[in-house]
Order: sequence, then structure tokens, then C-alpha cells
Amino acid sequence: MNVDLSRVVRLARIELTSEEEHRISPQLAAVLRYVEKLKELNVEGVEPTAHAVPLENVLREDELRVSLTQEEALSNAPKTVNGLFVVPKIVE
Amino acid sequence: MPNSLTIHRLIERLNSGDVTSRQATEACLNRIQSIDRELNAFIGFDSEEALTQADVADKTRANGGEGALLGVPIAIKDAIAVKDHPLNCASKILGDFVSPYDATVIRKLRNAGAIVFGRVNMDEFAMGSSTENSSHGPSRNPWNIKHIPGGSSGGSAVAVAADECVASLGSDTGGSIRQPAALCGCVGLKPTYGRVSRYGLVAFASSLDQIGPLTKDVRDSATMLQVIAGVDDRDSTSVSEAVPDYSSNLTGDVKGLRIGLPREYQVDGLDSEVKDSVNSAVECLAERGAEIIEISLPHTEYAIATYYIIATAEASANLARFEGVRYGARVNGSDPQEMNSKTRGIGFGEEVKRRIILGTYVLSSGYYDAYYLRAQKVRTLIREDYLKAFEEVDLIASPTTPTPAFKIGEKVDDPLQMYLSDIFTISCNLAGLCGISIPCGFSKHGLPIGLQLQGRPFGEPDLLRCAHTYEQATDWRNKKPKLD
Amino acid sequence: MEYEAVIGLETHVQLKTHTKMWCGCANEYGSEPNTNVCPVCLGLPGALPVPNAEALRKTALTGFLLNCDVPSYAKWDRKNYFYPDNPKNYQLTQLDFPSTVSGCVEFEFGGGVGKVRVNRAHLEEDVGKSFHFSDFSGVDFNRAGVPLLEIVTEPDISSPDMAYEYLNALKSILEYGGVSDCDMEKGQVRCDVNISVRQKGDTELGEKVEIKNMNSFSGVRRAARYEISRQMEVIESGGELVQETRRWDDDAGITDGMRTKEDAHDYRYFPDPDLMPHRPSEEWLAAVREEVVELPLARKRRFMTSFQLPESGAEVLVADARLGDYFEEVSGEGKNPKLVANWVINNLRAKLVETGISIADLKFSSTAIPELVGLVEEGQISSSIAQEIFADMFETGKDPKVIVEEKGLSQMSDSGDLEAFCRDAIEANPGPVDDFRKGKETALNFLKGQVMKASRGKANPQVVGDLLVKILNG
Ligand SMILES: [Mg+2]
Ligand SMILES: [Zn+2]
Repeated sequence: MNVDLSRVVRLARIELTSEEEHRISPQLAAVLRYVEKLKELNVEGVEPTAHAVPLENVLREDELRVSLTQEEALSNAPKTVNGLFVVPKIVE
Repeated sequence: MPNSLTIHRLIERLNSGDVTSRQATEACLNRIQSIDRELNAFIGFDSEEALTQADVADKTRANGGEGALLGVPIAIKDAIAVKDHPLNCASKILGDFVSPYDATVIRKLRNAGAIVFGRVNMDEFAMGSSTENSSHGPSRNPWNIKHIPGGSSGGSAVAVAADECVASLGSDTGGSIRQPAALCGCVGLKPTYGRVSRYGLVAFASSLDQIGPLTKDVRDSATMLQVIAGVDDRDSTSVSEAVPDYSSNLTGDVKGLRIGLPREYQVDGLDSEVKDSVNSAVECLAERGAEIIEISLPHTEYAIATYYIIATAEASANLARFEGVRYGARVNGSDPQEMNSKTRGIGFGEEVKRRIILGTYVLSSGYYDAYYLRAQKVRTLIREDYLKAFEEVDLIASPTTPTPAFKIGEKVDDPLQMYLSDIFTISCNLAGLCGISIPCGFSKHGLPIGLQLQGRPFGEPDLLRCAHTYEQATDWRNKKPKLD
Repeated sequence: MEYEAVIGLETHVQLKTHTKMWCGCANEYGSEPNTNVCPVCLGLPGALPVPNAEALRKTALTGFLLNCDVPSYAKWDRKNYFYPDNPKNYQLTQLDFPSTVSGCVEFEFGGGVGKVRVNRAHLEEDVGKSFHFSDFSGVDFNRAGVPLLEIVTEPDISSPDMAYEYLNALKSILEYGGVSDCDMEKGQVRCDVNISVRQKGDTELGEKVEIKNMNSFSGVRRAARYEISRQMEVIESGGELVQETRRWDDDAGITDGMRTKEDAHDYRYFPDPDLMPHRPSEEWLAAVREEVVELPLARKRRFMTSFQLPESGAEVLVADARLGDYFEEVSGEGKNPKLVANWVINNLRAKLVETGISIADLKFSSTAIPELVGLVEEGQISSSIAQEIFADMFETGKDPKVIVEEKGLSQMSDSGDLEAFCRDAIEANPGPVDDFRKGKETALNFLKGQVMKASRGKANPQVVGDLLVKILNG
């Protein structure tokens, strides 16, 4: 099992050290080998289960609830300016 | 000491005026003071605030107020949001995050009068079976501090087993309440999926997670469930099914209850002491009138693979919000992408990174059908196995874990071996059942062994009745670890 | 060589609800930054979404307005991508089971009817808004979690003008249905364009280019024009077109390639475990169907055929939906809808604008205008008197007949009563009388005017005319 770790970590936005990469890569391969087990089963015609307990039409009415204050909203922010959450400059 | 009492004994004594909530809370704080350096069950607590809550409870009681948990000190897994308190999930990535809101279960505990105090240790983001994956360092098993307490709700189990609190809340995604309860010798209940609101529980795997109590006996488990159960308009997956009176079901009678023993649970690696203890427990229930039936759950061997695909896939999305924009310990970067990657690379521990990477992989283009979709289909097969079995039986009995607690450090380098130890607990979450672990013996080295009972969705009354009957027929619950 | 463009549009429209899609925060534009936010829409750890029933109703309603099917099963998926304005770093959307599918929009175009098929209109959530400063960016999450409808067309659009007309038609349909205010200034409508160019007659589609960042419908038209000519030039010069996303620079009037990573589009969709599927019941759908309104184009045609209104009049009544509704309400089974329409369009509309009063606050009853029209038709009052009466009833809310009574404004048609007025006029104006007798017909109008004036407009002009001629010739 060969995993393109660099592609996956880029998607997951996780920077790994090279030691971590060396450790995780074979571990991941072992787990993926193990889960190959599922290929033994014939799942044709089987419906996938996304929810353990089937429910439907769980909705709320369009009614206002109290929001946080700006101060509360920003209270955990690493950096703020004028009520905004500050991030490094977004380049498109 | 009041900290070693069960909820119902403490309530009796609070009602009779023998003891105050302040004294009970102080007893817990003193206990923590004296033993937690060794056990490391607590990540943090606010003594002053706990005592203030206790004084309010005492005053309420004096004024004739009532509440199922009025004045009872409860410890909370560090994955459940408590307003104005830190919330870290035993991770570095949350930095000095303080929750601006209460989880629904916390609101319910408060309404019942509980003293909500102390955040207990866990595997980071509930990912682990040993509480070794914590930024706060591993918790230790009170029966032998060289051993793990189980996980991920290790701190919740240790705190209860070592009398550092009267009861605690944990969360269970693949056995994270039942397994540490078994390994620490207390009672751990995973309610049916949807029975307890998840609002305010930091999600690991949303379709599997469920909050539940860890307690000193089964009656306490029923009391705690009574308080926290019920539909919540902030959680679309909570179920509106009426909440029965759990305590009134504790009749001590199991006559006619049909208990299934799955053939497929006779796995390699099942410890013989564990096997013997569980067999004796089943015999004990048979003697009291339960009918024992061998059943088959043919897809059991696929449960772990299914679980690790589904749980990690969901986790990869659930944990995407931890990237340093709105909260948490940011590591700077020249652009948002670099900031995110560095923040997550440094902030997450290795097991969390492993699982996010695995989850990202199984969802990524070209692999979705082979892994994720297939796992969801196998999940259907596993669920159908159970629903079929529950046509024949009311409960399913098994060990909670294949072995008693292993040594700290023993499995850290082999994640797959660690995953395989979840064999008996994982299917319960995949199928959305309820399950409980109760003490059923000790190994020759003095480590607790747990009996697991699983029930059909919303079958908590039978589950608790059977667990309670067994518990009352034995005296495992009266054994306490020697810590002083 | 001759080329043709193949254009498809993806339009994002904010739904008009009180609260956001998953939480009770206000869906409100223009608040102080990060004040309409809560643990849910800020993506705080532990928070969970609960869908807004009204957003689902408005989505189904939109589906009906766009001639879509509303399937009996819809579900929610997570679309995973990191972006600072995306609080959970996944967007909740509908991938394979959207709330509405397979519709079409019809609109007047090129002297006929343009038709664009709608592949789907699915519900999702909006993201926050970024502000860019010299060395950092800032994010406001007030918009995050606002219900957003993504309306995706088939590639049925063949020109920038057609795209423009489609967007205008879509906007008026959504406004008509009360689904969205479609205020572009407030970012309530955003549109991405997919364009490819091919040789006329080719059946294969060329490489698809997606263009983003237009902030008006005319911007869409200009961007499409630019992009088509750019693509044609690339082909002409022997170059190769690549599938890409380009950004419209409105000031420069050009599109620019965007810096996108090759795997930026691996969104790793999967069903959201926090949200349960939606299975609209027959009853629920029937209730939504009750709210379906007639579309602007259909209404215009109906006004022209059933009420014989001229196109311009019908257009006015369609463009202002409430005025159109009022017209329909008051014209009812009335005998003269065309005349009623004139009053509504000319007099009422002007009064409403002048006074700033809304239709809901009109004092006079819904029968007043037809009654007024009837009085004129029956010759009971002159049209100039009718103007006076209208002003009065607008002011006081009195019925026209009451006003006529009170003010004695009934038209004078009795020749006996009018003869004195006519004789006075003839006597006082010998000049014009002379002119008339010399054969100058217009002099009669002058005399008629004098009589009307003297009678304070009440005289029946027809009768006055006849009488004057009779006296002068007599
Ligand atoms: Mg979209
Ligand atoms: Zn909100």
C-alpha cells in the first residue's frame, strides 16, 4: 500500500516533520492494509448507513435567538482589529 | 468520607443534614489534592467556584429546594463545553480557549443541582484507548499506576474509581466510556445514539459519539441518565422518544430476560481471566432467571475496519475548524494556508494527526467508494446483525475488553494493536445501541475486569435492570483501590 | 471561422429568512461585524446545526417558481475546504440529493421567448466576508450560515445578452415569489459564469472556463463578452484553452487566471452526520404550493389578453408587483378593466409616489376606483371632475358617489339647465361668435370651454357643444 502522504497532508493542512512522516507513513499503510478486509464482503445492493438512528425532517422554526456579543465572539481570537478576526493576508 | 459515597447515599446524607454539599465538595478537592499528582485525572478545576456552587446548593436545600443531583460534585470530560471555563480536549491546539456557552448536558446537570466542577483528562480529542494521548500527560490506573486507565474517558473513570468526585461525564465513540470504566472498576454507560444531546460535546465522530455517565454503581448511572437524557432542539440527531423512569426499573429481577452470547466474541487474544470472570457473571444472571442464548453476529470481524474508516473520515472534517483563525493556539504563517498547516502540525498530537490523515485519505478523490462508502454499507450489515439478534434476545453479554489494563507505553508505537483492543465495544456505536460496563472481577494482579451488556436502541431500562441485578448479587463495587 | 459560445450560470441567492440556516442568529445585512454570530455559525467546538424550516420552504417554493421537481428525499453533505471565511472549514450543501431539480426559466429575449433549463437549485450556507488590508485580512462572520440557494443552469445560454436577460428574469421571479430581495449591493445575489467557445456546428463542448467576481448583472455580461473574444483569439492564434478559473477585473475589464492549486478541488464530500435527511410530505408540499405566485412573464401576458391592456401598461403592473396585485383586486369582475388600469397606473401610482403612502395604507375602499370609472362612463361626471374626486377620495377615503353628492359635482346634462350658461357665453364673447359664424370651427371649442368653466366642469361637454351649435345656428 503506497500512500501519497504529501497530497493528503496538503488537503488536511497538517505540516509534518520528516520524522513524523517517516513514522506515520508505515503506520498508515498498516492500517490501510488492515481495512482492506472490507473488500472480502459483497456489499452489492446494501444501503449505506450514515446515521445510527434514522430520523428525518428535524427542523427548527425561523425564530431569533440571542447571539453572542462582539466581545464574546472575539474573546478567543488570536488576533482582532475593529471587530474582525485577523488572519494573514489572503492572496487569490 | 462523602467523596467515596454514591450519588444516592450522598443525597440521603445531604437530605438528612449529616453532611453538606460544601463538605462533600471539599472532600473531593482534598482527595484530588492528595492523590491526583499520581493519577493525573484532572486537567484543571476551580476550587473556589466549586465551593460557591456547593454553598448555593446547600442554601437551596435549606430553603426546601430539590434536585436529583442537588449538591453532588460531578467531574466533566475535557471535551464538554462549560461556560466561562477552559475547554481543551487534552490538546495543545485549543490554546487558552474558554467556552462562551454551556453544553446541553451541563445545563441539565445544573438544573438538577449538580456541582459542575473540574475538567478530567482524556485522549486528545477522544482519540485513543489509554489516555496516553493527552497534552496533559497520561492518567494512571488507580489499581496500579503503572497501567493505563483506559480511554478516551480515562480521567472520568479514574476520578470516579479513586473517589476524586462522586460521578463524572465521559463520551463514548467506540468504547470510550465503557472501556475505561471496565479497566478502572466503575460503571460506565453509553446511552443509545440520540438519547443524550451532543450539543456542546466537541465532536470526534458525529454519528458515533454519545455522552454518558461514569458512576460508582448502577443506580447512580440510572440517576445520571435520567438527568441528561432527552431530545434537544439544538441537536438534530437527538431523539424525541419519551424518557422512561430508569430508577423504577431497578427491580433486582431478571427472570425471563433473554441474554445473548455472541459466538463471534470468542476471539484470539481474549484473556482467560477475563473470559472466566465474564462466564461466571453470565452464570450468576442465569441463576437468577435470565435465559442464556447463543447468538451470531456474523460481521463482527469487520467492525474495527468499518469503525476506523467512518470515525476518521468524520473526524477529518470535524477537526478542520481547529486552524487558528477564530480561536486556539495559532502558529503564524505568511498566508492563511501556511498558518493553518503550521498551527495544526504543531497543535495536534500524533494520534490525532494520524487519524485526520487517514480520514482525509479515505474520503479523497478516487478512494471514497472503496473505503468510505463501503464502510457505510458494512455498517448497515453490522447494524442488521444486531437488530436481528435483538429479535431473539433482550441483551447481549460479553467482556468489555479482551484484557485487563495494559502497561503505560506498551502499545503506543503500534496504533493498529491499540485499535484492535476495541473489538467488543465498537459495534455498539456503529449500530447505535446502548451499552454498559460493570465490574465483574479482578485479575490475579488485582486489575479490574468489566462485564459489558449491550441493549437494543432505547433499551436502557432492561440494560440497567440487568446490570443492577448482577451488581447487587456481587460485591465488586465495594472494593476500592488502595491509594493512600 | 464562425464560433459560438456555450454559457452556463451558477447563481447564489440569499434567502429571505429572519434567521440563519442552522442557528437563531439574525439574517441581517449591515450589522456591526461579528455581532450576528453564535457558537454554531462561528464554528465553535461542540456546536451543532439545526435546519431552518423556513429556508426549506422557500427553497421548495423557488423550485416550484423555476418549474423544478421537488424530490421526496433531500440530504446534507459536507464540502471540505479550508478558507478563513469558512468557519467549520466545510460548507454544508446538497451534493447528490438536492432539494429541487430539473426546471427552467422562460423570459422575453430577442423578440421571442428565451428558455434556460435549470439543472438544480440546492440549499447551502453562506460563508463569512473577508476584508483585505495592506498586510493582513480580516473576517466578519455575520454572513456565515445565511441560507444560500445555488441555482445551476444547463449550458443553454448562447450569448452574453441572453445571460443578462436570464439573470434579470431570475431576479424578478425570486423577488416576485418573496424568496429573496436579490439586492446585489448587499451581496444577496452572486453569479459565476462557465463559458466555452466552439466552432459553430460542433457538438463537443470546448474547455470550460469558470469566471468569478462579477458584482453586477452588467458585469456578468461584460465579463462574458470579454471572455468569449479572449477564447476565440486563443483558438485563432493556434493556442490551447485550458479548463481553469478566472477572475473578472471590473476596472480593467479583463479576466485573469487565478492561482489555484491542482488538488484544491478535492472537496471530499460526504453525508453530514449531524443533519438528518428531509423528506417533504405531500401536505408540506401542498402548503408550499399555496404560496406559488404567477411568474412575471405569465402575468404580463395575462394582463394583455384578459384585460386588453397595452404592453406598456401590463409591464408597469408587472414590474411593480404590489400595484399589479392591487389592480387585480380592484378590477375584479369590473366592466372596464382597461380604464381601471389607467387610473391605477397614471393617477394612483403618481399619488403614491408623491405622498409616500403605501398601497396597504390606502384610505379609500377597493371599489372606489371602479366606481369612479363607472361615473365617468355613465356620463355622470366629466373626467376633469373625476380627477378632483380622485384627489378627494385619496385624501379622505370617501366613496366617489358620496363626494359627488356632497359637492354637488354631478354632471349637468339637462339642456334646460345648460342653455343659460351657453347664452351667457355667447353674449360675453362676440369675437369668437363672429369667428364661428365665419366658419372657424375651433371657435366653438373656446365657447365650450367657457361654458365648462362657468359650470365648474360639471356641464356635459357633449350636450354643451350641441346646444351652442343649435343656438348659434338658430
Ligand atoms: Mg455552492
Ligand atoms: Zn449563529
